Amino acid sequence: MDTTVTTGTEDSVWGGGNRPLNASYGKMMMWFFIVSDALTFSGFLVSYGFSRFKFIETWPIADEVFTHVPFFHGNFPMYYVAFMTFILIMSSVTMVLAVDAGHKMLQKKVIFYMFLTIIGGAIFVGSQAWEWATFIKGDYGALETKGGRILQFVNAETGERAALRDFSTELPEDRIKHEKNAGIWYQADGYTTSFSLNEVIEGFKASPNILIRTETINEEGEKTLLTRQESLAKLKNATQVVEGANLIHNEYGSRLFADFFFFITGFHGFHVFSGVLINIIIFFNVILGTYEKRGHYEMVEKVGLYWHFVDLVWVFVFTFFYLV
Amino acid sequence: MAHEHKLEIFRGLVKFKSNIQKIWGVLIFLTIVTAVEVGLGITKPEFLTKNYFLGMKLLNWIFIILTLVKAYYIAWDFMHLRDEKSALRRAIVWTPIFLVCYLIFILLFEADYIYNVFKEGFLAWNF
Repeated sequence: MDTTVTTGTEDSVWGGGNRPLNASYGKMMMWFFIVSDALTFSGFLVSYGFSRFKFIETWPIADEVFTHVPFFHGNFPMYYVAFMTFILIMSSVTMVLAVDAGHKMLQKKVIFYMFLTIIGGAIFVGSQAWEWATFIKGDYGALETKGGRILQFVNAETGERAALRDFSTELPEDRIKHEKNAGIWYQADGYTTSFSLNEVIEGFKASPNILIRTETINEEGEKTLLTRQESLAKLKNATQVVEGANLIHNEYGSRLFADFFFFITGFHGFHVFSGVLINIIIFFNVILGTYEKRGHYEMVEKVGLYWHFVDLVWVFVFTFFYLV
Repeated sequence: MAHEHKLEIFRGLVKFKSNIQKIWGVLIFLTIVTAVEVGLGITKPEFLTKNYFLGMKLLNWIFIILTLVKAYYIAWDFMHLRDEKSALRRAIVWTPIFLVCYLIFILLFEADYIYNVFKEGFLAWNF
Protein backbone atom coordinates (compact mmCIF):
# COMPACT_ATOMS: atom_id res chain seq x y z
CA MET A 1 0.00 0.00 0.00
CA ASP A 2 1.55 3.14 -1.12
CA THR A 3 1.01 6.33 0.70
CA THR A 4 0.69 9.25 -1.57
CA VAL A 5 2.02 12.48 -0.25
CA THR A 6 0.84 15.55 -2.01
CA THR A 7 2.56 18.79 -1.42
CA GLY A 8 -0.01 21.09 -2.95
CA THR A 9 -3.32 20.97 -1.10
CA GLU A 10 -5.20 22.89 -3.76
CA ASP A 11 -6.03 19.81 -5.77
CA SER A 12 -6.84 17.59 -2.81
CA VAL A 13 -10.43 17.21 -1.66
CA TRP A 14 -9.42 16.56 1.94
CA GLY A 15 -6.70 19.14 2.11
CA GLY A 16 -8.90 21.74 3.75
CA GLY A 17 -9.99 25.11 2.53
CA ASN A 18 -12.92 23.64 0.65
CA ARG A 19 -16.17 25.54 0.41
CA PRO A 20 -18.90 22.99 -0.12
CA LEU A 21 -22.08 24.55 -1.51
CA ASN A 22 -20.05 27.68 -2.01
CA ALA A 23 -20.46 28.67 1.64
CA SER A 24 -17.56 29.17 4.01
CA TYR A 25 -17.25 27.12 7.17
CA GLY A 26 -18.44 29.91 9.45
CA LYS A 27 -21.47 30.71 7.36
CA MET A 28 -22.40 27.06 7.12
CA MET A 29 -22.20 26.68 10.89
CA MET A 30 -24.37 29.78 11.34
CA TRP A 31 -26.96 28.18 9.11
CA PHE A 32 -26.76 24.95 11.13
CA PHE A 33 -27.41 26.95 14.27
CA ILE A 34 -30.26 28.89 12.69
CA VAL A 35 -32.02 25.77 11.49
CA SER A 36 -31.78 24.11 14.89
CA ASP A 37 -32.88 27.29 16.66
CA ALA A 38 -35.79 27.61 14.25
CA LEU A 39 -36.89 24.15 15.33
CA THR A 40 -36.70 25.18 18.99
CA PHE A 41 -38.93 28.15 18.33
CA SER A 42 -41.28 25.97 16.31
CA GLY A 43 -41.51 23.66 19.29
CA PHE A 44 -42.56 26.58 21.45
CA LEU A 45 -45.06 27.95 18.99
CA VAL A 46 -46.58 24.58 18.23
CA SER A 47 -46.99 23.80 21.92
CA TYR A 48 -48.73 27.17 22.20
CA GLY A 49 -51.02 25.94 19.43
CA PHE A 50 -51.50 22.69 21.33
CA SER A 51 -52.68 24.47 24.47
CA ARG A 52 -54.80 26.82 22.48
CA PHE A 53 -56.57 24.06 20.57
CA LYS A 54 -57.12 22.26 23.85
CA PHE A 55 -58.95 25.31 25.24
CA ILE A 56 -60.10 26.75 21.94
CA GLU A 57 -63.40 27.99 23.36
CA THR A 58 -61.95 29.82 26.34
CA TRP A 59 -58.63 31.15 25.10
CA PRO A 60 -58.01 34.88 25.72
CA ILE A 61 -58.42 37.23 22.76
CA ALA A 62 -55.08 38.93 22.14
CA ASP A 63 -56.74 42.13 20.89
CA GLU A 64 -58.24 42.63 24.32
CA VAL A 65 -55.03 41.88 26.18
CA PHE A 66 -52.48 44.04 24.38
CA THR A 67 -54.25 47.37 24.08
CA HIS A 68 -51.71 49.80 25.47
CA VAL A 69 -49.37 52.30 23.89
CA PRO A 70 -46.82 54.13 26.05
CA PHE A 71 -47.77 57.71 27.00
CA PHE A 72 -51.31 57.30 25.67
CA HIS A 73 -54.49 56.29 27.40
CA GLY A 74 -57.20 54.41 25.64
CA ASN A 75 -57.82 51.27 23.70
CA PHE A 76 -55.26 50.73 20.92
CA PRO A 77 -55.13 47.05 20.07
CA MET A 78 -52.06 45.91 18.12
CA TYR A 79 -50.66 49.36 17.35
CA TYR A 80 -47.65 49.07 19.60
CA VAL A 81 -46.79 45.53 18.53
CA ALA A 82 -47.03 46.63 14.91
CA PHE A 83 -44.61 49.42 15.72
CA MET A 84 -42.22 46.92 17.33
CA THR A 85 -42.45 44.70 14.25
CA PHE A 86 -41.62 47.64 12.06
CA ILE A 87 -38.63 48.60 14.21
CA LEU A 88 -37.26 45.08 13.97
CA ILE A 89 -37.73 44.90 10.19
CA MET A 90 -36.12 48.31 9.91
CA SER A 91 -33.09 47.20 11.92
CA SER A 92 -32.89 44.18 9.64
CA VAL A 93 -32.70 46.55 6.70
CA THR A 94 -29.85 48.55 8.21
CA MET A 95 -28.11 45.23 8.85
CA VAL A 96 -28.38 44.23 5.18
CA LEU A 97 -27.07 47.66 4.26
CA ALA A 98 -24.10 47.09 6.60
CA VAL A 99 -23.42 43.71 4.96
CA ASP A 100 -23.68 45.32 1.55
CA ALA A 101 -21.25 48.09 2.55
CA GLY A 102 -18.94 45.37 3.90
CA HIS A 103 -18.83 43.65 0.53
CA LYS A 104 -17.65 46.94 -0.93
CA MET A 105 -15.09 47.37 1.91
CA LEU A 106 -16.58 50.69 3.04
CA GLN A 107 -15.62 50.75 6.71
CA LYS A 108 -17.30 54.06 7.56
CA LYS A 109 -20.64 52.94 6.15
CA VAL A 110 -20.48 49.59 7.93
CA ILE A 111 -19.91 51.44 11.23
CA PHE A 112 -22.87 53.74 10.60
CA TYR A 113 -25.31 50.98 9.64
CA MET A 114 -24.18 48.67 12.46
CA PHE A 115 -24.81 51.53 14.85
CA LEU A 116 -28.35 52.01 13.55
CA THR A 117 -28.96 48.27 13.83
CA ILE A 118 -27.89 48.25 17.46
CA ILE A 119 -30.17 51.21 18.22
CA GLY A 120 -33.11 49.43 16.56
CA GLY A 121 -32.44 46.29 18.57
CA ALA A 122 -32.24 48.28 21.80
CA ILE A 123 -35.57 50.00 21.07
CA PHE A 124 -37.16 46.63 20.44
CA VAL A 125 -35.86 45.09 23.67
CA GLY A 126 -36.97 48.18 25.59
CA SER A 127 -40.45 47.97 24.06
CA GLN A 128 -40.69 44.35 25.00
CA ALA A 129 -39.68 45.12 28.57
CA TRP A 130 -42.40 47.76 28.69
CA GLU A 131 -44.91 45.31 27.32
CA TRP A 132 -43.99 42.74 29.93
CA ALA A 133 -44.33 45.33 32.68
CA THR A 134 -47.79 46.34 31.43
CA PHE A 135 -48.87 42.73 31.14
CA ILE A 136 -47.64 41.87 34.63
CA LYS A 137 -49.19 44.94 36.21
CA GLY A 138 -52.59 44.20 34.74
CA ASP A 139 -55.46 46.33 33.74
CA TYR A 140 -58.94 45.79 35.11
CA GLY A 141 -58.47 43.01 37.62
CA ALA A 142 -60.61 39.90 37.83
CA LEU A 143 -61.80 37.12 40.09
CA GLU A 144 -60.57 33.58 39.99
CA THR A 145 -62.96 30.71 40.65
CA LYS A 146 -62.50 27.39 42.37
CA GLY A 147 -61.81 25.78 39.02
CA GLY A 148 -59.09 28.31 38.24
CA ARG A 149 -61.25 30.12 35.69
CA ILE A 150 -61.35 33.90 35.39
CA LEU A 151 -64.41 36.13 35.86
CA GLN A 152 -64.11 39.61 34.38
CA PHE A 153 -66.49 42.53 34.80
CA VAL A 154 -68.36 44.63 32.29
CA ASN A 155 -70.40 47.78 32.73
CA ALA A 156 -73.82 46.91 31.32
CA GLU A 157 -74.64 50.49 30.38
CA THR A 158 -71.56 51.29 28.32
CA GLY A 159 -70.57 47.76 27.36
CA GLU A 160 -67.02 48.58 28.39
CA ARG A 161 -64.87 46.54 30.72
CA ALA A 162 -65.19 47.56 34.36
CA ALA A 163 -62.16 47.66 36.60
CA LEU A 164 -62.36 46.40 40.17
CA ARG A 165 -61.71 49.91 41.46
CA ASP A 166 -64.83 51.15 39.62
CA PHE A 167 -67.29 49.29 41.78
CA SER A 168 -65.61 47.65 44.75
CA THR A 169 -66.53 49.03 48.15
CA GLU A 170 -64.04 49.68 50.90
CA LEU A 171 -64.91 47.53 53.88
CA PRO A 172 -63.73 48.20 57.39
CA GLU A 173 -61.70 45.03 57.58
CA ASP A 174 -58.11 44.24 58.35
CA ARG A 175 -56.34 42.53 55.53
CA ILE A 176 -53.33 40.57 56.59
CA LYS A 177 -50.98 39.16 54.06
CA HIS A 178 -51.00 35.43 54.58
CA GLU A 179 -47.47 34.27 55.20
CA LYS A 180 -46.05 30.81 55.46
CA ASN A 181 -45.28 31.03 59.15
CA ALA A 182 -48.92 31.74 60.03
CA GLY A 183 -51.49 29.07 59.30
CA ILE A 184 -50.96 26.47 56.64
CA TRP A 185 -47.26 26.38 55.90
CA TYR A 186 -47.47 25.64 52.20
CA GLN A 187 -49.85 28.47 51.39
CA ALA A 188 -48.84 32.09 51.14
CA ASP A 189 -50.10 35.19 49.40
CA GLY A 190 -47.76 36.22 46.62
CA TYR A 191 -48.95 39.78 46.69
CA THR A 192 -51.78 41.71 48.26
CA THR A 193 -54.37 42.83 45.77
CA SER A 194 -55.84 46.31 46.06
CA PHE A 195 -59.23 44.89 47.06
CA SER A 196 -60.18 41.83 49.05
CA LEU A 197 -62.58 39.24 47.68
CA ASN A 198 -65.25 40.44 50.12
CA GLU A 199 -64.91 44.01 48.97
CA VAL A 200 -65.33 43.01 45.34
CA ILE A 201 -68.35 40.81 46.12
CA GLU A 202 -70.04 43.48 48.23
CA GLY A 203 -69.34 46.11 45.61
CA PHE A 204 -70.75 43.87 42.91
CA LYS A 205 -73.95 43.25 44.85
CA ALA A 206 -74.34 47.00 45.42
CA SER A 207 -73.92 48.01 41.77
CA PRO A 208 -76.65 46.54 39.54
CA ASN A 209 -75.07 47.80 36.32
CA ILE A 210 -72.07 45.48 36.55
CA LEU A 211 -72.16 42.09 34.83
CA ILE A 212 -69.75 39.18 34.75
CA ARG A 213 -67.97 38.10 31.60
CA THR A 214 -66.74 34.51 31.44
CA GLU A 215 -63.87 33.08 29.46
CA THR A 216 -66.12 31.23 27.03
CA ILE A 217 -66.12 32.63 23.49
CA ASN A 218 -69.55 32.78 21.84
CA GLU A 219 -70.59 32.46 18.20
CA GLU A 220 -69.67 36.07 17.42
CA GLY A 221 -66.14 35.47 18.62
CA GLU A 222 -66.68 37.51 21.76
CA LYS A 223 -66.52 36.56 25.40
CA THR A 224 -69.88 35.48 26.87
CA LEU A 225 -71.67 38.02 29.04
CA LEU A 226 -73.81 36.64 31.85
CA THR A 227 -77.11 38.15 32.96
CA ARG A 228 -77.33 39.78 36.36
CA GLN A 229 -78.95 36.65 37.82
CA GLU A 230 -76.32 34.33 36.39
CA SER A 231 -73.59 36.73 37.47
CA LEU A 232 -74.70 36.65 41.08
CA ALA A 233 -74.82 32.86 40.99
CA LYS A 234 -71.39 32.67 39.38
CA LEU A 235 -69.93 35.01 41.97
CA LYS A 236 -70.32 32.31 44.61
CA ASN A 237 -67.59 30.27 42.92
CA ALA A 238 -65.01 33.01 43.23
CA THR A 239 -62.13 32.24 45.54
CA GLN A 240 -59.70 35.11 45.06
CA VAL A 241 -58.93 38.43 43.43
CA VAL A 242 -56.39 38.48 40.60
CA GLU A 243 -54.65 41.60 39.36
CA GLY A 244 -52.19 41.34 36.52
CA ALA A 245 -50.52 38.17 35.42
CA ASN A 246 -47.76 35.85 36.49
CA LEU A 247 -47.00 32.19 35.91
CA ILE A 248 -49.71 31.03 38.32
CA HIS A 249 -52.54 33.55 38.01
CA ASN A 250 -53.63 35.54 35.02
CA GLU A 251 -56.41 38.11 34.99
CA TYR A 252 -56.70 37.97 31.19
CA GLY A 253 -57.96 34.39 31.15
CA SER A 254 -56.27 31.03 30.79
CA ARG A 255 -53.07 30.95 32.80
CA LEU A 256 -51.39 28.99 30.02
CA PHE A 257 -51.72 32.11 27.90
CA ALA A 258 -49.56 34.06 30.33
CA ASP A 259 -47.09 31.18 30.63
CA PHE A 260 -46.62 31.02 26.89
CA PHE A 261 -46.46 34.78 26.62
CA PHE A 262 -43.59 34.85 29.10
CA PHE A 263 -41.78 31.88 27.57
CA ILE A 264 -42.11 32.68 23.89
CA THR A 265 -41.64 36.45 23.93
CA GLY A 266 -39.05 36.00 26.68
CA PHE A 267 -37.07 33.49 24.66
CA HIS A 268 -37.29 35.73 21.64
CA GLY A 269 -36.37 38.81 23.68
CA PHE A 270 -33.35 36.93 24.98
CA HIS A 271 -32.33 36.24 21.39
CA VAL A 272 -32.69 39.92 20.52
CA PHE A 273 -30.70 40.87 23.60
CA SER A 274 -27.84 38.52 22.78
CA GLY A 275 -28.06 39.66 19.16
CA VAL A 276 -27.54 43.24 20.29
CA LEU A 277 -24.52 42.17 22.38
CA ILE A 278 -22.99 40.28 19.45
CA ASN A 279 -23.67 43.26 17.20
CA ILE A 280 -21.89 45.54 19.65
CA ILE A 281 -18.83 43.29 19.69
CA ILE A 282 -18.70 43.21 15.90
CA PHE A 283 -19.37 46.96 15.81
CA PHE A 284 -16.23 47.62 17.86
CA ASN A 285 -14.25 45.16 15.75
CA VAL A 286 -15.27 47.12 12.68
CA ILE A 287 -14.20 50.38 14.32
CA LEU A 288 -10.86 48.85 15.27
CA GLY A 289 -10.37 47.83 11.66
CA THR A 290 -10.17 44.09 12.32
CA TYR A 291 -12.02 43.18 9.14
CA GLU A 292 -10.21 45.81 7.13
CA LYS A 293 -6.97 43.98 8.03
CA ARG A 294 -8.55 40.59 7.41
CA GLY A 295 -9.53 41.72 3.96
CA HIS A 296 -13.21 40.83 4.13
CA TYR A 297 -16.29 41.55 6.21
CA GLU A 298 -17.70 38.05 6.36
CA MET A 299 -18.12 38.31 10.13
CA VAL A 300 -20.65 41.11 9.61
CA GLU A 301 -22.48 38.84 7.21
CA LYS A 302 -22.61 36.05 9.80
CA VAL A 303 -23.99 38.16 12.63
CA GLY A 304 -26.31 39.62 10.01
CA LEU A 305 -27.72 36.15 9.38
CA TYR A 306 -28.39 35.74 13.08
CA TRP A 307 -30.01 39.16 13.28
CA HIS A 308 -32.32 38.47 10.36
CA PHE A 309 -33.23 35.17 11.92
CA VAL A 310 -34.38 36.98 15.06
CA ASP A 311 -36.53 39.18 12.83
CA LEU A 312 -37.86 36.12 11.03
CA VAL A 313 -38.91 34.50 14.29
CA TRP A 314 -40.65 37.66 15.40
CA VAL A 315 -42.75 37.63 12.24
CA PHE A 316 -44.10 34.24 13.32
CA VAL A 317 -44.49 35.17 16.99
CA PHE A 318 -46.38 38.29 15.91
CA THR A 319 -48.79 36.26 13.81
CA PHE A 320 -49.43 33.38 16.14
CA PHE A 321 -49.47 35.31 19.39
CA TYR A 322 -51.03 38.63 18.46
CA LEU A 323 -52.96 38.23 15.22
CA VAL A 324 -54.46 34.77 14.84
CA MET B 1 -15.05 38.87 -2.50
CA ALA B 2 -17.05 39.10 -5.64
CA HIS B 3 -20.67 38.72 -4.73
CA GLU B 4 -23.26 38.18 -7.35
CA HIS B 5 -26.67 39.48 -6.41
CA LYS B 6 -29.81 38.48 -8.14
CA LEU B 7 -31.77 41.67 -8.39
CA GLU B 8 -35.18 40.41 -9.42
CA ILE B 9 -38.12 39.88 -7.10
CA PHE B 10 -41.68 38.70 -7.80
CA ARG B 11 -40.28 36.20 -10.34
CA GLY B 12 -38.70 38.90 -12.43
CA LEU B 13 -41.65 41.27 -12.36
CA VAL B 14 -39.62 43.90 -10.53
CA LYS B 15 -35.94 44.28 -11.30
CA PHE B 16 -33.76 46.59 -9.27
CA LYS B 17 -30.71 48.44 -10.44
CA SER B 18 -28.57 47.76 -7.38
CA ASN B 19 -28.59 45.60 -4.28
CA ILE B 20 -29.28 48.63 -2.07
CA GLN B 21 -32.35 49.52 -4.10
CA LYS B 22 -33.57 45.97 -3.82
CA ILE B 23 -33.25 46.11 -0.02
CA TRP B 24 -35.40 49.24 0.16
CA GLY B 25 -37.88 47.74 -2.25
CA VAL B 26 -38.23 44.64 -0.08
CA LEU B 27 -38.63 46.84 3.01
CA ILE B 28 -41.50 48.71 1.40
CA PHE B 29 -43.15 45.45 0.46
CA LEU B 30 -42.77 44.00 3.97
CA THR B 31 -44.13 47.20 5.50
CA ILE B 32 -47.19 47.08 3.27
CA VAL B 33 -47.82 43.44 4.18
CA THR B 34 -47.50 44.20 7.91
CA ALA B 35 -49.84 47.19 7.55
CA VAL B 36 -52.41 45.00 5.81
CA GLU B 37 -52.13 42.41 8.58
CA VAL B 38 -52.60 44.96 11.34
CA GLY B 39 -55.44 46.66 9.46
CA LEU B 40 -57.27 43.36 9.06
CA GLY B 41 -56.54 42.47 12.68
CA ILE B 42 -58.15 45.67 13.91
CA THR B 43 -61.14 45.87 11.58
CA LYS B 44 -61.84 42.11 11.41
CA PRO B 45 -64.14 42.17 8.37
CA GLU B 46 -67.17 39.98 9.01
CA PHE B 47 -66.84 38.28 5.65
CA LEU B 48 -63.46 36.92 6.71
CA THR B 49 -64.35 35.94 10.27
CA LYS B 50 -67.63 34.18 9.41
CA ASN B 51 -66.34 32.01 6.62
CA TYR B 52 -64.23 28.97 7.24
CA PHE B 53 -61.85 27.01 5.09
CA LEU B 54 -60.64 23.63 6.37
CA GLY B 55 -61.93 24.46 9.85
CA MET B 56 -60.09 27.76 10.14
CA LYS B 57 -61.35 31.30 9.64
CA LEU B 58 -60.45 32.89 6.33
CA LEU B 59 -58.88 35.76 8.26
CA ASN B 60 -56.46 33.41 10.00
CA TRP B 61 -55.58 31.80 6.67
CA ILE B 62 -54.75 35.24 5.32
CA PHE B 63 -52.58 35.99 8.35
CA ILE B 64 -50.66 32.74 8.03
CA ILE B 65 -50.16 33.08 4.28
CA LEU B 66 -48.97 36.68 4.62
CA THR B 67 -46.59 35.57 7.37
CA LEU B 68 -45.09 32.95 5.10
CA VAL B 69 -44.77 35.56 2.35
CA LYS B 70 -42.91 37.86 4.74
CA ALA B 71 -40.71 35.00 5.93
CA TYR B 72 -39.89 34.18 2.31
CA TYR B 73 -38.69 37.68 1.55
CA ILE B 74 -36.73 38.00 4.78
CA ALA B 75 -34.95 34.72 4.11
CA TRP B 76 -34.48 35.22 0.39
CA ASP B 77 -33.39 38.85 0.30
CA PHE B 78 -32.20 39.81 3.79
CA MET B 79 -30.49 36.50 4.50
CA HIS B 80 -29.58 36.38 0.80
CA LEU B 81 -30.68 32.81 0.28
CA ARG B 82 -31.55 33.93 -3.24
CA ASP B 83 -27.83 34.20 -3.97
CA GLU B 84 -26.88 30.85 -2.42
CA LYS B 85 -26.56 27.59 -4.28
CA SER B 86 -29.90 25.86 -4.65
CA ALA B 87 -28.69 22.74 -2.79
CA LEU B 88 -27.83 24.79 0.30
CA ARG B 89 -31.10 26.66 0.04
CA ARG B 90 -33.14 23.49 -0.18
CA ALA B 91 -31.31 21.87 2.73
CA ILE B 92 -31.98 24.93 4.89
CA VAL B 93 -35.60 25.43 3.92
CA TRP B 94 -37.13 22.01 3.45
CA THR B 95 -35.66 20.32 6.52
CA PRO B 96 -37.45 22.57 9.05
CA ILE B 97 -40.58 22.78 6.91
CA PHE B 98 -40.92 19.01 6.86
CA LEU B 99 -40.28 18.63 10.59
CA VAL B 100 -42.53 21.53 11.58
CA CYS B 101 -45.41 20.30 9.42
CA TYR B 102 -45.15 16.91 11.10
CA LEU B 103 -45.04 18.51 14.56
CA ILE B 104 -48.05 20.71 13.81
CA PHE B 105 -49.97 17.73 12.52
CA ILE B 106 -49.43 15.48 15.55
CA LEU B 107 -49.78 18.13 18.24
CA LEU B 108 -52.86 19.89 16.91
CA PHE B 109 -54.67 16.60 16.34
CA GLU B 110 -53.86 15.52 19.86
CA ALA B 111 -55.01 18.87 21.22
CA ASP B 112 -58.30 18.57 19.38
CA TYR B 113 -58.77 15.13 20.88
CA ILE B 114 -58.16 16.49 24.38
CA TYR B 115 -60.59 19.32 23.66
CA ASN B 116 -63.26 16.74 22.88
CA VAL B 117 -62.46 14.76 26.01
CA PHE B 118 -62.83 17.95 28.07
CA LYS B 119 -66.07 18.77 26.31
CA GLU B 120 -67.78 15.41 26.18
CA GLY B 121 -66.01 13.31 28.75
CA PHE B 122 -67.33 13.27 32.30
CA LEU B 123 -64.88 15.84 33.43
CA ALA B 124 -65.55 19.22 34.99
CA TRP B 125 -62.94 21.89 34.47
CA ASN B 126 -64.85 25.05 33.69
CA PHE B 127 -66.44 26.02 36.99
